[in-house]
Amino acid sequence: MALLEVRDLSVVFQRRGERPFTAVDGVSFDVEPGQTVGLVGESGCGKSVTSLAIMGLLAKRGVKISGSAKFDGTELLSLSDRQMRDRRGRDLGMVFQDPLSSLNPVVSIGLQVTEVLERHRDMSRKQASVEAAELLEKVGIPDPKRRLSEYPHQLSGGMRQRALIAIALACRPRLLIADEPTTALDVTIQAQILALLADLVRDTETALIMITHDLGVVAGLCDEVNVLYAGRVVERAGRHDLFRVPRHPYTHGLLASIPRLDAPRGERLSPIKGSVSDNIPWTTGCAFAPRCPNALDTCVQVTPAMEPDPVVAGPRLLRCHNPVEPATAAEQEIMS
Amino acid sequence: MLRYTIRRLLQLLIVVGVLSLLLFAWLRSLPGGPVSALLGERATTESRARLTEELGLDQPIFVQYFKFVGRALSGDFGVSTGVQPGDSATEIFLQRFPATLELSFLAIVIAVAVGIPLGYLAARRRGGWLDNLSVVSSLIGVAVPVFFLAFLLKQVFAVDLGWFPTAGRQEGGIDATRVTGFFVLDGILTQEWDAAWDALVHLILPAVALSSIPFSVVFRITRASVLDVVDEDYVRTAESKGLTTPVIRRRHVLRNAMLPVVTTIGLQTGALLAGAVLTEKVFAFPGIGQALALGFERRDYPVLLLLILCAAGVFVLINLLVDLSYALIDPRIRTRGGGR
Amino acid sequence: MSTRTDKIDALSEQAARGDDAGVSLAAAAWRRLRRNPVFLVGSTIVLLFVVLAILSPFLAPHDPAVPMLGDQVVRARNQIPPVQEGHPLGGDQVGRDLLSRVLIGSQQTLLVGVLATLIGLAGGLVLGTLAGAMGGWVDTVVMRAVDVMLSIPGLLLAVSIGALFARPNQYTVILAVAVVQIPVFARLLRGSMLAQRHSDHVLAARALGVRQRSIVFRHMLPNSLGPVIVQATLVLAIAIIEAAALSFLGLGNPDDRLPEWGQMLGQAQNVIDSHPQLAFWPAGCIIVVALGFTLMGESLREALDPKSRR
Repeated sequence: MALLEVRDLSVVFQRRGERPFTAVDGVSFDVEPGQTVGLVGESGCGKSVTSLAIMGLLAKRGVKISGSAKFDGTELLSLSDRQMRDRRGRDLGMVFQDPLSSLNPVVSIGLQVTEVLERHRDMSRKQASVEAAELLEKVGIPDPKRRLSEYPHQLSGGMRQRALIAIALACRPRLLIADEPTTALDVTIQAQILALLADLVRDTETALIMITHDLGVVAGLCDEVNVLYAGRVVERAGRHDLFRVPRHPYTHGLLASIPRLDAPRGERLSPIKGSVSDNIPWTTGCAFAPRCPNALDTCVQVTPAMEPDPVVAGPRLLRCHNPVEPATAAEQEIMS
Repeated sequence: MLRYTIRRLLQLLIVVGVLSLLLFAWLRSLPGGPVSALLGERATTESRARLTEELGLDQPIFVQYFKFVGRALSGDFGVSTGVQPGDSATEIFLQRFPATLELSFLAIVIAVAVGIPLGYLAARRRGGWLDNLSVVSSLIGVAVPVFFLAFLLKQVFAVDLGWFPTAGRQEGGIDATRVTGFFVLDGILTQEWDAAWDALVHLILPAVALSSIPFSVVFRITRASVLDVVDEDYVRTAESKGLTTPVIRRRHVLRNAMLPVVTTIGLQTGALLAGAVLTEKVFAFPGIGQALALGFERRDYPVLLLLILCAAGVFVLINLLVDLSYALIDPRIRTRGGGR
Repeated sequence: MSTRTDKIDALSEQAARGDDAGVSLAAAAWRRLRRNPVFLVGSTIVLLFVVLAILSPFLAPHDPAVPMLGDQVVRARNQIPPVQEGHPLGGDQVGRDLLSRVLIGSQQTLLVGVLATLIGLAGGLVLGTLAGAMGGWVDTVVMRAVDVMLSIPGLLLAVSIGALFARPNQYTVILAVAVVQIPVFARLLRGSMLAQRHSDHVLAARALGVRQRSIVFRHMLPNSLGPVIVQATLVLAIAIIEAAALSFLGLGNPDDRLPEWGQMLGQAQNVIDSHPQLAFWPAGCIIVVALGFTLMGESLREALDPKSRR
């Protein structure tokens, strides 16, 4: 049994006097213990909302969540607020995008680490602060004892993100969700943080959901990748399969729009045309159709279903009427 | 931190110094000047000349200023001409200051004790009836002229209902022992409970009137600040740690939301004296405010000068205290000295 | 599409979408304002007030300066003309028609509010622009002066300035109220300008070799206008209330042939115990109008503040 089973998860935002907006639309995926799963897509595709829904961190008012998210057999979506509170921070940890705004500016780093230990691991303040220093050391913060009494503004961006990771991992959760953990950081620091995350989840056998718009992050870290578009998963495959033979035109487009050093001179980047605002609703057809180079007439009439890839072998699911030919997809690979 | 405090204290001295110069100039340029103020418009030329010489007004203006500063430093600001003719201005100040302090203290306590919890609750239940009601009442609180509100309170609760006394600080019949000049405190210290109670009852209506504006402001800042803070990422982080609601509220929401509120409370406390001028006049409450109102009415310049100077001094001092306390609760300022 | 972006912004997908690009800040603010009931109520009150001020000479049944009921006033017995045929609100202390005075009073009240705000704004504009645009010692000197002015509670400063005039009139009252607002506007503008001096669009203009003067007037000043307009709206309310307070303290305009609400309220203090209506009518008008300006100002502030886009 998978550690986390998400089935048909939908999140609809409904405010008074406005049309309801479906941010997440029937998303399903599994996370096995110790596995790293990527959720990839442009901003607004619903990847963050998915994670917040799993964590129970969406506002109660104006939000309708349906479907199922089972953690270790327990249905998270039907837990009471209190039961969910007991799990968050203990079984489920989360690391956020912007480490500066995600740390409380007027509470010392020490207390922000120890409070979660006191809450879930029944530690006294003293024990907690010994443990907190060890945690900071483990995530690579030098001189951890001194750092405990410092405040977020006194730390560098990378150090702050390390502290956030220490907080999220403090109670050794079985599932960690990292929501764009490197987006707000310098490129050199990004690599360090990713390496740290990779090491930590391997050592502690923590399952990781990596949310990112950056395929580079996915390439380095994830076992399995879900590509999201407009609230739905459009392609799922293992990391190597996905990169070698991207089948969904959107995935293909994402990969093709990355500049490569090894591309022939003079070759032009091929960005995806248009923007998310060109989408059509999933109910009438494929949301990506207006931007899709492969679009057929059926694409705007019939909603594609999530089905196993009929052509390429391997565990891959695809939501497309007219996928990119493996030959064309592979061409890119040959060139590189 | 220490250097910061010293620098701010120096600033305070400069402000008071510049202000004294301005006030001195102000005093000299008032219609008729001090001689007419002392003798009235119809005094003889002879007596005017004599007084002019007596007061040293025939000397150059900067000599006058330095003499004035010299006297002021020794606590001599001149003799009252209108508020309590014959008494020294300093005496009037010392005698009345505790009354206003007592009144302002109660007013700010009311404003804070009602404004902060209400602001917090309103923000938690945004758009609910409590929120709408208190937002509307805080807006009205700013729109109603303070002295009119004081009149209304006096008319309804003192005159019509008779629940509170209409004027003064203490009933004439009570023979209370004076220790500190703070009547409520005196009553408690000497265990003259009836006197303490009587003094408190006299304070309530003026304090409520005086608290209307600070209440409105404290309420609105608290509400806005809490609304800002609950949307902050660090509150979501706190939620993601599974912390209990009381801990999140206290440590993560309130501790941050209170920062702008502290500043507001300070500013409002400093500004209370302006409101006190109006409220004390309505309730014939013998404090600084009433003396100021009387001073303007009767053109009692020595008293005005001292009181305005003190008002400004107190205002600046409170701002200094606010900044210092701000540094105590906000580590971003406290630790500014060491490194970035 | 904008509703969708709004919703997404409200979530944690914080990447800049730029969906509002092409729509100016003012237009976006106006779109939000139009639907805001607070703004609608506030602006309706203000509009009615202005219309009343314009039309009051035609609406008022009597001359506000003529004590036509003077024979009903008995000073010794504190008697004031009651409500009667042709005088729906009765008369005032000297027997003038109260309704006419309340109606015509809107004119002078509007004048006090608008003039005081304009003077305060003009003074603040000059000082704030100087300090904010020039920086250096100009900034230091101007801001120290502003700090000293701000170190006296507003009303006390207004009263002190009001006391400078031997024979107060409408304009000394306006001046007293206005001077208090100068440091407020100056600080506001200076802060806003200072924040912009290092902002990208000003740096870009400077890099393009645009002259200092036109950077200040074409780029920095227009961008500082939002908060200034908000403050001006709030000051309109403050000015009207403070003019009333000045009057209450005996520093108002003693010439009451042309009525003003604050003056009427201030003068009513001696008879308020026996004839509260003399205070209630002008006070009610002041409260409603001040509320109108405050509601307008607060909703403007909210609309212009990108943080409050919830």
